Amino acid sequence: MHFVPPGQEWIKVFKNRDNHVADAYWFPRPCMQCDNSPCAKVCPVGATFKREDGIVLVDQERCIGCRYCIAACPYGSRSFNWVEPPHTPQELAAKYSVELNYPHRKGVVEKCIFCPTLAREGKLPACAQACTMNAIYFGDQVEDVVTNHAGVSVSFTQLIREKGGFSFMEDLGTEPRVWYLPPRDRVYAAPKG
Amino acid sequence: MFRQPTREDILFEPLKSNSLKFYGFVALLLAVIGWAAYAYYVQLRDGLGVTGLRDYVFWGIYMTNFVFFIGISHAGTLISAILRVTGAEWRRPITRMAEAITVFALLIGGPMIIIDMGHPERLLNLLRYGRFQSPILWDLISIATYITGSLMYLYLPMIPDLAQCRDRLTDAPAWKRFIYRTLALGWRGGEEQKHKLERGVAIMAVLIIPVAVSVHTVVSWIFGMTLRPGWHSTIFGPYFVVGAIFSGIAALLLAMAIFRKVYHLEAYLEDKHFRNLGLLLLVMDIVYIYFTLSEYLTMIYGNDVADQRVLQLLFTGDFAMAFWAMILVGFLLPAFMLGLPNLITVAPRPTARLTVLRPFVAMGALAVFAVMAFSPASASASFQLVSLWPVVRMLSIVVALGGLLWLALPWMRAHSIATIVIASILINLAMWLKRYIIIVPTLYSPRTPIQDVPWEWAHYAPTWVEWSITAGAFAMFILLYTLFSKMFPIVSIWETSGEEHAAAHGAKGEANV
Ligand code: SF4
Ligand code: SF4
Repeated sequence: MHFVPPGQEWIKVFKNRDNHVADAYWFPRPCMQCDNSPCAKVCPVGATFKREDGIVLVDQERCIGCRYCIAACPYGSRSFNWVEPPHTPQELAAKYSVELNYPHRKGVVEKCIFCPTLAREGKLPACAQACTMNAIYFGDQVEDVVTNHAGVSVSFTQLIREKGGFSFMEDLGTEPRVWYLPPRDRVYAAPKG
Repeated sequence: MFRQPTREDILFEPLKSNSLKFYGFVALLLAVIGWAAYAYYVQLRDGLGVTGLRDYVFWGIYMTNFVFFIGISHAGTLISAILRVTGAEWRRPITRMAEAITVFALLIGGPMIIIDMGHPERLLNLLRYGRFQSPILWDLISIATYITGSLMYLYLPMIPDLAQCRDRLTDAPAWKRFIYRTLALGWRGGEEQKHKLERGVAIMAVLIIPVAVSVHTVVSWIFGMTLRPGWHSTIFGPYFVVGAIFSGIAALLLAMAIFRKVYHLEAYLEDKHFRNLGLLLLVMDIVYIYFTLSEYLTMIYGNDVADQRVLQLLFTGDFAMAFWAMILVGFLLPAFMLGLPNLITVAPRPTARLTVLRPFVAMGALAVFAVMAFSPASASASFQLVSLWPVVRMLSIVVALGGLLWLALPWMRAHSIATIVIASILINLAMWLKRYIIIVPTLYSPRTPIQDVPWEWAHYAPTWVEWSITAGAFAMFILLYTLFSKMFPIVSIWETSGEEHAAAHGAKGEANV
């Protein structure tokens, strides 16, 4: 989908455990698309920027590769292309755009981009489409509706309110726009560790 | 004391002839630089992947060098500006050396950032799209200002000497004479010219101080403005500024010792210069130790989990060796070396009873030190305030080092300049290490845990490319400095020629200590 170069994980699944009593849980971390994004704040050339719709993107044609945004992101969401990434013909055939982030190139920073091209077509982002467990919802916070892979649409505020949703390291003031629903009524056993 | 006609001639000596040794030295430096250029070519060709850097530890020794060189650039500001403004007249023979360090350290330090960049060819984007909310822009502006300012500040007081070169070195090659003639700007040394020059220098001296302070403050803010544990600290600005002046003085002392030896400048660089600067170095050392203590103690006491991870790495983890070496041998030992010979005034007793035992005591102390320093950190991997072993270990190391120091005291008192110079070398090494220790351990312990990645991605070891470029940077610095000293008098002639009169009229230099 994104032709993500080896070594990068745009969405990385961590095994989190909040304290030594609670069970562990899987914790997928995309880019949080922070509303007060520390990465966009520090970028010296505006290569990392936040769009009006709130999506944070990186312009690989402007990025100077200073990696200051990696220093600023508390979520470890960003990766740097240390070498020229391996290419495929399909990837190279595409015309570069900030909404795609490919063809990939060395010496620049990349991260999860919330698939703005799919949003344009009214589709779910690649991760939500691929999640056959229907765990990922995606939508517009202003419209207050989010949808998952099964096509179930629910009210965002209601979901968060009723299921005790939280966002990760909110206390840093980054205003992340990815929310998590804590595990309850587990169907599958908690991961060990 | 009467004016010795020979004193100034010493200063022109290095400008006149180049020995074979000199050419050999330059060739050696050029070889190192050439090798570094090749390493940089490899890095440009294959990407930053040839370094030991990866997504977690994405900054390494390039950044360390950057902070280090910007740090020693503060030598010039302190000596020439602060001492000039406060009227410490003994500074006169060392001002130019100090200012030249500033200029060349900036010329080397600034580009280290460019070497660290993934797309150096897009450097101009900083001007085209620069955004002022980014601390990198603050750095760009402030370092550019500092380079411009210190170039002017180096050049202005050089004009009368350039005129002397123009007038005296008439048998120099044409290109050299051309440079002297052009740069001297038609200086004749009239009263009005002198007055104007002195005003200009005085203004620059005041202007350059805030710029210098700002430079190292914004360098620290690159780190301080992020949310990373170990970096996000409010004292980073002043901490870095103090560290910069500290390492700047150490670098200057080293340069003085070398020039004095190579160019036979004993008539200019007297013991008092080393002693005065040594005392300044001692003061900065103590202030720096104080800052270090206050930084780490707040982190220890607060017990924030994220902070503890960084501290564990420093105190007992991967960086313990470097950290304790830096604290003990880099900060504390120099403090004693610089301080003790002044404090303890008992005459050295070479015939004391201990003389026979001395080698044994020394060897014993060394053995204790070695055993303790290289023994495993502690049984449990995590750092705990209450666990006694680190304390015991620490104490025995301190006692062993203290014993060695005590034994070395008579020697140190007999060789005060050598002692100061050795302390300066230790301090410079420690300050390089300090910058490394600021940058890397924090990157080892990000807020989002490191999970499921290859070992090399989460750890950092500089590769040959990084070491080569680092060696090249130091070689380049030494080369520029050497060539400068071969081209222009390294001691300000017009500023020191009045000095002997002052010395005759009641040792003004000493009065300002
Ligand atoms: S998660 Fe990181 S990369 Fe994404 S917007 Fe926030 S700070 Fe930027
Ligand atoms: S690495 Fe690129 S995107 Fe990140 S701060 Fe530097 S210029 Fe901006």
